Amino acid sequence: MAAFLLRRLIQGGLVVLGVTFTVFVVTRIFGNPVDLMLPLSASPEQRAAFASELGLDRPLPVQFVQFAGELLRFDFGESTWQRRPAMEVVLERLPNSLLLIGAGLGLAIVLSLPAGILAAQRPGGILDRIVTGLSLVGLSMPQFWVGLLLIVLFAVTIPLLPTSGMGSPAHLVLPAVTLALVPFARLTLLVRSQMMEELNKPYIRTALARGLPHRRVLVGHALRNALIPFLTLAGWELVLALAGYTVVVETVFAWPGMGLVAIQALQRGDLFLVQAIVYVVAVLIVLVNILLDLVFKLVDPRIGLG
Amino acid sequence: MTGEPLLSVADLRVVFPTRAGIVRAVNDVSLAVSPGETLGIVGESGSGKSVTAQAVLGLLPLPGRVVGGEILWRGKPFQAHGAGVRGKEIACIFQDPMQSLNPLMTIGAQLVETLRHHARLGRRAARDRAAELLAEVALSAPARRLDQYPHELSGGILQRVMLAMALACEPRLIIADEPTTALDVTIQAEILALLSRLQRERGLAILLITHDLGIVAGLCHRVAVMYAGRIVETGEVDALFARPAHPYTQGLLRATPTLEAQSERLVSIPGAPPALLVPPAGCPFRTRCPIAARPCETLPDPARTETGMVVCWRAGEAAWADIPR
Repeated sequence: MAAFLLRRLIQGGLVVLGVTFTVFVVTRIFGNPVDLMLPLSASPEQRAAFASELGLDRPLPVQFVQFAGELLRFDFGESTWQRRPAMEVVLERLPNSLLLIGAGLGLAIVLSLPAGILAAQRPGGILDRIVTGLSLVGLSMPQFWVGLLLIVLFAVTIPLLPTSGMGSPAHLVLPAVTLALVPFARLTLLVRSQMMEELNKPYIRTALARGLPHRRVLVGHALRNALIPFLTLAGWELVLALAGYTVVVETVFAWPGMGLVAIQALQRGDLFLVQAIVYVVAVLIVLVNILLDLVFKLVDPRIGLG
Repeated sequence: MTGEPLLSVADLRVVFPTRAGIVRAVNDVSLAVSPGETLGIVGESGSGKSVTAQAVLGLLPLPGRVVGGEILWRGKPFQAHGAGVRGKEIACIFQDPMQSLNPLMTIGAQLVETLRHHARLGRRAARDRAAELLAEVALSAPARRLDQYPHELSGGILQRVMLAMALACEPRLIIADEPTTALDVTIQAEILALLSRLQRERGLAILLITHDLGIVAGLCHRVAVMYAGRIVETGEVDALFARPAHPYTQGLLRATPTLEAQSERLVSIPGAPPALLVPPAGCPFRTRCPIAARPCETLPDPARTETGMVVCWRAGEAAWADIPR
C-alpha cells in the first residue's frame, strides 16, 4: 500500500514535470512571449528591456534551468496581467472552481444512480423510456444554451434565482444545474446499461433464490458490481471539469472560476499565469487518478495495486 | 412414495411473449415431489426443464409468465404461505458455481448475509454457523474459506459453498438445476455423493434437473422426461430405464453409451426439437419419431404405465428396432 502510493506519487510527479516542460517549450518556441505581452506599439528598446527583465533573452537551456529552479521553490513568477504572483491568482480562483465542480458533479452523481437503477428495472418499460429519453435530450443540448434558458426561466421570467455572479448559495444553483446536466445524462445511461447487464448475471438469480429482499440484491449486489465503470466515468467527468470544461458555464454565469481566468490569461498572453494554471490542474488530475485507484481497490478485491 | 407431496405442480403453463410471437416454453406440466424423494427432470436443452424450476421459484426471467396451472407447496398455493417459502423452505443450486456467487463479496459475507436474513442471527453467531455449514459440506479449513473470494476458489469448492448456502435456510426441498454440468467428472461424483448424503441425513426432497441419464440413474427415485415443453413420460427410475414406453425415452436411452457396449458406435436421435414458437399440432415428437402414424397428429391423453404415465399413442412399442445404429 505505502509502496503503491510512493510509486504513484513519483509517477505523478513525473507527469506534472512533463506537462510543465511541454508548456515551457510550447510557449517559448512556438510563440514570442514578449510580443504577446507587450502592446503592438512597443518600441524595440522596450521589447529588449522587457525580455531581459524576464530573462527571456538568454539561451533556452539556461532559461529552463532557471525555470525548473523557480518551480522547485514554488515560484511561478508574476502575472503580467494582474501584476501579482501568478500562484496567488490561481489559488484565489481555485476554490470557486472546486465549489462549482463539486456541486455540479455531486448533483449529477447523486441523481444518476437512482435514475439509472430505476430505468434498468424494466428495460423498454415506460420509466426506462422516460429516463433514456431525458438523458439523450440532456446530452444533445449545448451548455451555453441550457444556461441561458435557465436564466431566462428562473431568473428573468420567474425571478427566483440570481442571474449571475457568486455570493449566496442561491448563486450556485443555476450554474451547478447547468454543469450537472451532461455528466448526469452520461452517468445515467451508464448506470442503466451496467445495471441491466449485472441484473442478468447468474449471481443475482442466486441472491434472489436465497430469499434476499429485492432492494438488497439491487443495491448490495448488482449496484456494487456496476460501481467500477461508474466510478471510472465519474472520475473522467471530474478530470474533464478540472481541465477547464467548466469555462462555458463560468462565462454564461460570470462565475469567477479557473476556466475563465485560464482563457483570459491565454488571450492576454500572460505566460506565467498560464503556466501556474496548467501546473495546478496537472497536480489535481494526478491526485484524482491516484484516489480513484485506491477506491477501485476498495470496491473490487480482485484489483491489485500493481 | 407415500404421504402428502411437498411440492406439487399441476398443468403448469409458461409463455414468453416476444416480438416474433408467443414462445410456449412449458405446457401442461404436472409433477410432485415428496419429502426424502429425488425427482429427476431430464430433457434436451430448451425442453423447458429449467423454466419449470424457475417458475416454481418465482424467478422466471422477463418476459416469462405463468399463464396456467397451479403450484402448491404443502398443499397450499405460495401466496397462502406468505413471504419466505421460496429461498427458505426451497433452496437452489445452479449450473455454474463460478458465476453464481457475487464476485465482490467473500464466501463468508454471502453466507452470513443469507443466515442473518433467514435466521435473525447476530454477526458472531452467523459467522460460526457459516463455518459449521462449510464443514458440513466437507470443505477443509472452513474458517479460512470464509474470508476468501469466489475467484480464489475452484468450481468444485464453489459448488460446495453453494450447497452450504442452500442449507443455510434449513430447506425442505433443494432444486438443483444442472448442478454438475460445469464441473470435472471426478468433482461431479463428489458433489452428487454429497447431495445424496445430505438428503439422507436431512430427509430433503430434491428436484434434480439434468440432461445426464447417468446422474438420474444414480441419484433419482423417480424421473420425468421432458420434450418440447411437455412431460412425455414419468416413472420410477428402475422401471422406466428397464422398459421405456415413449419412443423419445427409448431414443435417449439408446443414445447413452454404456460400458457393456464399447464397440458400438454412438447413436443420436435424428432431427432437432421443434421450435416452441410454432409447435407442431399433436404429439411434439412425431416429427422425429420413427413410428409416427395417423393418430399422432392429435395429442394423446396421458396413459398409466407400471409406475407412472406416458403420453404416446404407440407407447411401449419398440420404436427404434428397425433403425440401424
